[in-house]
Amino acid sequence: MTTIDTRDIGGHGGHADGHHEGSYLQPKGGLIATVWDWMTTIDHKKIGVMYLFATLFMFFLGGMAALAVRLELWAPVRQITDAAGAVKVTGQAFAWYDSFGQNNDLYNRFFTLHGAIMVFMFIIPSIPAALGNFLLPLMVGAKDVAFPRLNLLSWYVYVTGSIFAVAAIIAGGVDTGWTFYTPYSTTSDAGHWRVVFMVLGVFILGFSSILTGLNFVVTVHKLRAPGMGWFDMPLFVWAIYSSAVIQVLATPVLAITLVLLMFERIFNVGVFDPRMGGDPVLFQHFFWFYSHPAVYIMILPGMAIINETIAVHARKKIFGYRAVAFSSLSIAAISFLVWGHHMFTSQGEIASAIFSALTFLVAIPTAVKMFNWTTTLYKGSIRFTTPMLYSLAFLFLFAIGGLTGLPLGTLATDLHLHDSYFVVAHFHYVMMGGTVIAYLAGLHHWWPKIFGKMYSTFWANVGCIIVFIGFNVTFFTQFILGTRGMPRRYASYIDDLQFLHQISTVGSWLLLLGFLVHLFVFVHSLIAGPKAGANPWGGLSLEWETDSPPIEHNFHHEPIVKHGPYDYDDVVPPHCDPKDYPLPAPLPEGHKGH
Amino acid sequence: MTTIDTRHGGGEVLDDRPYHEKYKHAAHFRTAEAEFDACKLGMWLFLATEILTFSGMFVAYGIFRMMYPQAWANGSHYLDPFWGGLNTVILLYSSFTIAMAIHNAQKNQQFWLKVNLIQTIVCAIAFIVIKLAFEYIPKWSAGKRPGSLFTYPFAENPYEPIWWGVYYGATGIHALHVLTGVVLIGWLLIRAQKKHFGPTHYTAVEIVGLFWHIVDIVWIFLFPLLYLID
Repeated sequence: MTTIDTRDIGGHGGHADGHHEGSYLQPKGGLIATVWDWMTTIDHKKIGVMYLFATLFMFFLGGMAALAVRLELWAPVRQITDAAGAVKVTGQAFAWYDSFGQNNDLYNRFFTLHGAIMVFMFIIPSIPAALGNFLLPLMVGAKDVAFPRLNLLSWYVYVTGSIFAVAAIIAGGVDTGWTFYTPYSTTSDAGHWRVVFMVLGVFILGFSSILTGLNFVVTVHKLRAPGMGWFDMPLFVWAIYSSAVIQVLATPVLAITLVLLMFERIFNVGVFDPRMGGDPVLFQHFFWFYSHPAVYIMILPGMAIINETIAVHARKKIFGYRAVAFSSLSIAAISFLVWGHHMFTSQGEIASAIFSALTFLVAIPTAVKMFNWTTTLYKGSIRFTTPMLYSLAFLFLFAIGGLTGLPLGTLATDLHLHDSYFVVAHFHYVMMGGTVIAYLAGLHHWWPKIFGKMYSTFWANVGCIIVFIGFNVTFFTQFILGTRGMPRRYASYIDDLQFLHQISTVGSWLLLLGFLVHLFVFVHSLIAGPKAGANPWGGLSLEWETDSPPIEHNFHHEPIVKHGPYDYDDVVPPHCDPKDYPLPAPLPEGHKGH
Repeated sequence: MTTIDTRHGGGEVLDDRPYHEKYKHAAHFRTAEAEFDACKLGMWLFLATEILTFSGMFVAYGIFRMMYPQAWANGSHYLDPFWGGLNTVILLYSSFTIAMAIHNAQKNQQFWLKVNLIQTIVCAIAFIVIKLAFEYIPKWSAGKRPGSLFTYPFAENPYEPIWWGVYYGATGIHALHVLTGVVLIGWLLIRAQKKHFGPTHYTAVEIVGLFWHIVDIVWIFLFPLLYLID
């Protein structure tokens, strides 16, 4: 009996060679065939691009809500009784929209939507699911992630969760804050299903995050190219791996918490309801057991990007490779021990003191990273490309964000600063000044690889400078507002604070302008940008060894690792002109980089 | 007999060996072993998420047990250890049968593979039937319900509604996992009928087996906590 059968049994692969050498972006037939091809693709690159657009759309929605919040804060909301005894409300930016009556319901809904969308639908999936999906298999020299179909499923799960959340917004929005604290979240908006929809949406999104994380961990363990040991991986992979471990281990706790919250809201189970003997602080413990590690799910991928952009655009070997790699893992480990610092005012003193001490531990691996990045820059051939400008912005902003975390981790100062604008400014410096700025660095760094097109560096740099100024104008003022006693989540404030609030609001418009410049640059690049070479920046990690955009099966030949990802000392002439982008000289045969 | 398969490009010769013998691993894995290891590692990570999910219920159990020990003592007296114990025995036996099913697949014992899968499904359904008929339905209709649905007139402690909240929450989520297991093992049975599993390829049996063991282990912890200690 003859036994040749090349049918596609495993659901993936088994294609004849030479059939898929074209770019992954090449359309498959007509419009409908192409759309169908994208919607059913199991190619990690296409799924990454679909995540890119889905998360950027959510960034737009969350950004609009943020602009609305800042607009409402232009003037304090006041209820004034005039001489005739008539009650008048002043300072409402959205007074014309009165379906919620004359109160701050609309404002509460805007800041909740901003928080929930940005955290659950933008920042958490943004870098890992978009850039990580695209780059991680390329960087380890694999053809795909370990479970390609699971990867596509996680995108659909993400979209389903987002639809539930958007349905909650269309039905009138949610006013619980993104933290859904009980008992407010179980009693507010009674008679409506909006809160349940929002919580269900976040619950579903959690599974998308778990599946992505699980896929990445297995990919890094099992699919590295021959010759690539753990310490030959780019540091991007180390940080994404650490973040994926947190995604897998922390998110299930959020899932069970949100299930209990929905039970509580629908069936009045009573677990979190003090009237029935339940414990609302238990909800806070559960919630932050996920949501504190989640802030490292958000920042570690940002750090992942900075590892690459700094080394490539300063053309220098990263300083202290192993220290940076292990600092990612130790951040992941410590992230599970510090959730209690969100409850300094609602838990016992001894617990607070212990959590405060543990919180300071996070500063150590984070500082290791900061020092290693700045040392990498030292005597590097720094080129002021857009990714490098954004990386420098990251170092500056993340340093401020990190250092302002210390007074919040200290019990005595936190009692003064908690729930104030100081906290708001701190986490925006870390989440936006850190992750979003790093995301933009990464987007500009890998844009030529993803879409095969260059963009206008000049206009992208202009956009970067506007974003940087706008960001500081918006959020640095909020540190001052916080120390002067402005509490978060209020639409009203004393007159003395109005000037600072207005500066902050003007800053938010500058941010909008900066992002519009970037939007223009990207659209222009897609339509009319010059074609990018395979390796426009002279990077040494494996993703630069394939075409731009990569071919469908990633590499023409199975990649064999010949040099480390940062061996610039060996390949770059010491005094090259920083204006051009020298490609690494070919290595002599049999030479191993380090 | 040689037939020409024209389904995928044509020209290849059709092969009628059983699926598990001609199974070719997915193209992005370098070897079949790498694929098997990756699937197992993925499943172990998923099991870690399962344990963390249930840990929420166990922490809630512990916290409220500490806060309201009397309500918790009363609560466990309402449960009948006989039915809980019987269900424990049933689940333990089903863990044995699924382990044997993996062994049968490795040894290419197609008949016993199916017998053991069917036994596992029967055990799982028996577990659910006992849970519903002798526990959920009688207790619910007696008013022993969670939270504000609680109407049981002879409660001795005001915090018993919370006990029922934790009881229905923990065992309900576990029961959902048992039902998921029925679906997954049913899928295995259909594939086993088509001779999909054998010594060279039994990944699905192995990882569903792992899932079934975690369902069992969670129950092993729920049973003494809910039924035995007061």
